[in-house]
Amino acid sequence: MTEAPRRTALDATHRALGATMTDFAGWDMPLRYGSERDEHVAVRTRAGLFDLSHMGEITVTGPAAADLLDFSLVGNIGGVAVGRARYTMICDADGGILDDLIVYRLGETEYMVVANASNAQVVLDALTERASGFDAEVRDDRDAYALLAVQGPESPGILKGLTDADLDGLKYYAGLPGTVAGVPALIARTGYTGEDGFELFVRPADAVALWEALTAAGKDAGLVPCGLSCRDTLRLEAGMPLYGHELTTDTTPFDAGLGRVVKFEKTTNGGDFVGRAALEAARDRAEANPPRKLVGLIAEGRRVPRAGYPVVGPDGAVIGEVTSGAPSPTLGKPVAMAYVDAAHATPGTTGVAVDIRGTHEPYEVVALPFYKRQK
Amino acid sequence: MNNPQQLRYSKEHEWLSAAEEGVSAIGITEHAANALGDVVFVQLPEVGATVTAGETCGELESTKSVSDLYSPIDGEVTEINEDVVSDPSLVNTAPFEGGWLFKVKVSGEPDDLLSADEYTAFTG
Repeated sequence: MTEAPRRTALDATHRALGATMTDFAGWDMPLRYGSERDEHVAVRTRAGLFDLSHMGEITVTGPAAADLLDFSLVGNIGGVAVGRARYTMICDADGGILDDLIVYRLGETEYMVVANASNAQVVLDALTERASGFDAEVRDDRDAYALLAVQGPESPGILKGLTDADLDGLKYYAGLPGTVAGVPALIARTGYTGEDGFELFVRPADAVALWEALTAAGKDAGLVPCGLSCRDTLRLEAGMPLYGHELTTDTTPFDAGLGRVVKFEKTTNGGDFVGRAALEAARDRAEANPPRKLVGLIAEGRRVPRAGYPVVGPDGAVIGEVTSGAPSPTLGKPVAMAYVDAAHATPGTTGVAVDIRGTHEPYEVVALPFYKRQK
Repeated sequence: MNNPQQLRYSKEHEWLSAAEEGVSAIGITEHAANALGDVVFVQLPEVGATVTAGETCGELESTKSVSDLYSPIDGEVTEINEDVVSDPSLVNTAPFEGGWLFKVKVSGEPDDLLSADEYTAFTG
């Protein structure tokens, strides 16, 4: 059964801009407004404006909010200072990743958990179930927020003219309440592009006014509206995983090379958290005998690897699988993330190819990310 | 979208120029190029290859997808557009001109090719 896709508060704006729309996790979202490559380059060199209102916000409040999140998530959430944010994951009891998340600590006893649109219901259900016995409330705030992102090197300058919030004092992975263009907003210095930038959580009723104010303020700096297509190539170049591609319920954080997000040393709840035992085993396995590792691949040719394509070794045997692939506008070559057998995962490994619809195209194994911004 | 009157069109969104000395140029339409997004790689048939109307003869890769290229007519490939091989973005910026893909010595054509007006209605 398919339901009609949901539309964000900015739907009419996207259509007026001539966006090509796409169904994404049940939402009708802008894929691109014009050339996705031009949008990508704009974010790398100037600024881009995104509608990310499909993301799922869940508010957790109460005296035991921190304890609940320490128990439910793999990170040390109680250790996050008020006004700061943390990239983390929620796993099942087997250590499989249910979603990757950003958690903002809005107050001593108030957090906002931001889940991927495709997993928001799963995360909401898991947190609600895990809240049993904790003096904390889990609230579905998906309809309470629209989310706009301004990303790119010009984004601080664009935002500065619209807010009296202290942006210079707002560090990467921090968030503070403020006013942008007269609209109340949670201003967060986060993103998924590999560039400096801001994410603005606002009331849906304010989304159009804020979009228009940002568009006007960014005009001279070269800000352009950007769709999900360039968001995907931006995050891929930055080596950031995407749920459903690099991260799945069959993958633990250690398998994905992201074991650093798992904090075994946390002391709340007697050190217990969902998935702990399985994750300890996954850590030991990843250290002693890793099955496959997540690597970067750069093409020598021009044919583009896609998710699911086999990675093959010098003898033609399958040694892995592509999880994400795209032409990289920054490198000018196709790139991919792939899980490959540990024996072939060392950067510089040669003789590796991707089976692109029957043809073995040579690829070089590299360390992630493909792109890192100059600070 | 402005589909040039002097071209004919297939329902697979290729265009075909009027033959000069039996040779027609072939490309994809602006409608198809817009649907694909930025084209980043084209694989064209080789010069001398035989192509058949309605059958695949190459590939077009864009950021998000790969699509088969169909020949709108029967014939033998006489030339490929090396400019578009080295700069596939020509398919997006000039689909009916500099973004042509290959030329064919036509030996036969299907009876369902469309005029510009018919193709415009078909894609409307």
